[in-house]
Amino acid sequence: MSTITFGRAINTGLRKAMEHDSKVVLIGEDIGKLGGVFRITDELQKDFGAHRVIDAPLAESAILGTAVGMAYRGYRPVCEIQFDGFIYPAFNQIVSQVAKLHYRTQGRVKMPLTIRVPFGGGIGAAEHHSESPEAYFTHTSGLRVISVSNPQDAFTMIQQAIACDDPVLFFEPKRRYHVKGEVDEEVDLGSFSLEQARVEIPGEDVTLVAYGALVQVAKDAALAAREEGISVEVIDLRSLSPLDFATLEASVRKTGRLVITHEAAMTGGLGAEVAASITERCFYHLEHAPVRVTGFDIPYPPAKMEHHHLPDLDRMLDGVDRVLGRTNSLSGLEGN
Amino acid sequence: MRSVSGENLVQLLTPEGTRVAGPYGEWVADIDGARLQGLYEDMVVVRRVDQEATALQRQGELALWPPLLGQEAAQIGSGRALRKDDFVFSSYRENGVAYCRGVDYTDMIRVWRGNAPSGWDPYEINMATPQVIIGAQTLHATGYAMATKLDGADSVAVAYFGDGATSQGDVNEAMVFAASFQAPVVFFCQNNQWAISEPVTLQAQRDIADRAPGFGIPSVRVDGNDVLACMAVTREALERARSGGGPSFIEAVTYRMGPHTTADDPTRYRDPNELEDWKGRDPIDRLANLLEAEGLLTADFTDRVNAKADEVAAQLRHGCVTLPEPGELDVFNNVYTTPHSVLERQRDHYTRYLASFEAAGGGAR
Repeated sequence: MSTITFGRAINTGLRKAMEHDSKVVLIGEDIGKLGGVFRITDELQKDFGAHRVIDAPLAESAILGTAVGMAYRGYRPVCEIQFDGFIYPAFNQIVSQVAKLHYRTQGRVKMPLTIRVPFGGGIGAAEHHSESPEAYFTHTSGLRVISVSNPQDAFTMIQQAIACDDPVLFFEPKRRYHVKGEVDEEVDLGSFSLEQARVEIPGEDVTLVAYGALVQVAKDAALAAREEGISVEVIDLRSLSPLDFATLEASVRKTGRLVITHEAAMTGGLGAEVAASITERCFYHLEHAPVRVTGFDIPYPPAKMEHHHLPDLDRMLDGVDRVLGRTNSLSGLEGN
Repeated sequence: MRSVSGENLVQLLTPEGTRVAGPYGEWVADIDGARLQGLYEDMVVVRRVDQEATALQRQGELALWPPLLGQEAAQIGSGRALRKDDFVFSSYRENGVAYCRGVDYTDMIRVWRGNAPSGWDPYEINMATPQVIIGAQTLHATGYAMATKLDGADSVAVAYFGDGATSQGDVNEAMVFAASFQAPVVFFCQNNQWAISEPVTLQAQRDIADRAPGFGIPSVRVDGNDVLACMAVTREALERARSGGGPSFIEAVTYRMGPHTTADDPTRYRDPNELEDWKGRDPIDRLANLLEAEGLLTADFTDRVNAKADEVAAQLRHGCVTLPEPGELDVFNNVYTTPHSVLERQRDHYTRYLASFEAAGGGAR
């Protein structure tokens, strides 16, 4: 066990993956000498060479497109998209090529790419640097989508993602990069599958589902609720595609109440999918309609306004009150 | 229209069929009478394949077909320059190149019949599954070439694309990456003058080949209807890549004599005189004139070639009409390499749905 930051945990996981398999190559902007703008690839170019840690020209579509070509030749590229909001120029290569090539070639060509994306807000960043684009990718078949919330999972799951023969979008909550946690570097990578959610805090009254940076906020909210005598079960989705409905169903069958939270906009987001699917699967166990506590359907706002947009502890507790039928901000409003 | 002849166009065979010397002549000095006959046979066969596939579409056996009519020299000349271990990333129109790679004829039409999301195994003929998203494959070729360099191999990736693709960001990004990493890749642009209804003048205000030097990539404009010149410039580019000289760009100036696809009607946007002009530069007639002049176009030979073309066309037709129908659950195959729990549930539910018809006595749909 060592206590390291979230960012260092990914760095260490990348290093392990590169040591384990010589076909693992990293490609991205500023990832070499600089070690990435968040230093996630710090020292890796020095240790593995510029041929395995490739500083790419500033073209996201080409980072993905050349990675496809490398995968055609048996490589296992790990692409870094510098910031969430820079992924859109690569959208065509991800959605039309990376996601589909295994299907299009009837299984003959594998696309074992890992696409690392620092995502989400809360760091007071400039525009296009705080977005949550994950739902575009969970809507795309052929991709697996992961978001980790703590150093141990970051360390373990980046290696699982790289070892996976399917393409994986790996969303890293950048506001957690500097948070420290215990990491067991000897962990068995096969101890859980890439599709598994985890119950972070067991509870009886309400299921609160989160991923990425909001897992910690949800855990804080659960502790606060406990002081009011409400038992909240917090689930970290970890896998956004596929969603782990076995874990979600088991929780909701027990609590009967579901709150889903994410930074991304509400409409068509992960919350909508979780709510719809859980309603289909567990309708007779629900005591209240599922509640979503999410970012608004707005472009990501300027830094001084982002705290209005980002779900925080109080908004989550308000959601918990709503799903419990307790007095809440929308009490008396029809349809609540 | 940009010039289709002139000093900056590499030509080793005139439209009249005269073999001319030139700085590129040495690259095809080994192409003797027998090899010329071989190239002629290739071009006749792929034109016949193209005609058969077009007929199959007209008869309702294929949903669509993208003809290569007029581009035989560009595809055969370059395709026959490649080594087996080179790797091709093409668009959907490079059936002549696929023929050179040794494709199974049935594999050429699986996609166009709608039976499968792709035809051949890319690793069997070292040619990627054809690309429909315009220009996207140029990045794949560049990445493949970067990986080839990592491996220390001397094989080359070749990207085929058209004049329309050169407007795409991906193609320009591919040239940046190829140049920066000195990747062993050849960009083979068939400028067939038309991107569906849009003339090349809408894509480019100067010769397309002029762009590459700005990226630091040597380029050449070649008469795309001259099979010898196409082979010569491709051999030169391949040799440059193999010997560590990095990428090259070839603009093969040719003409799409047919429609964009069988769904297109070029009479709505093209001057018929233009087609007549280009018929005078037909790539097969040109080589036939040379063979004739050299006494190699004997009745025996042409009979043999035509018989081969008919045989290939018959195989294509037979393969097409006897393709087994896809299974009812095949749509779920190969989306992921390992089971994806949500998709597995959808497969299970659809299986139950289909079974429900049998349970109701109606039989499977």
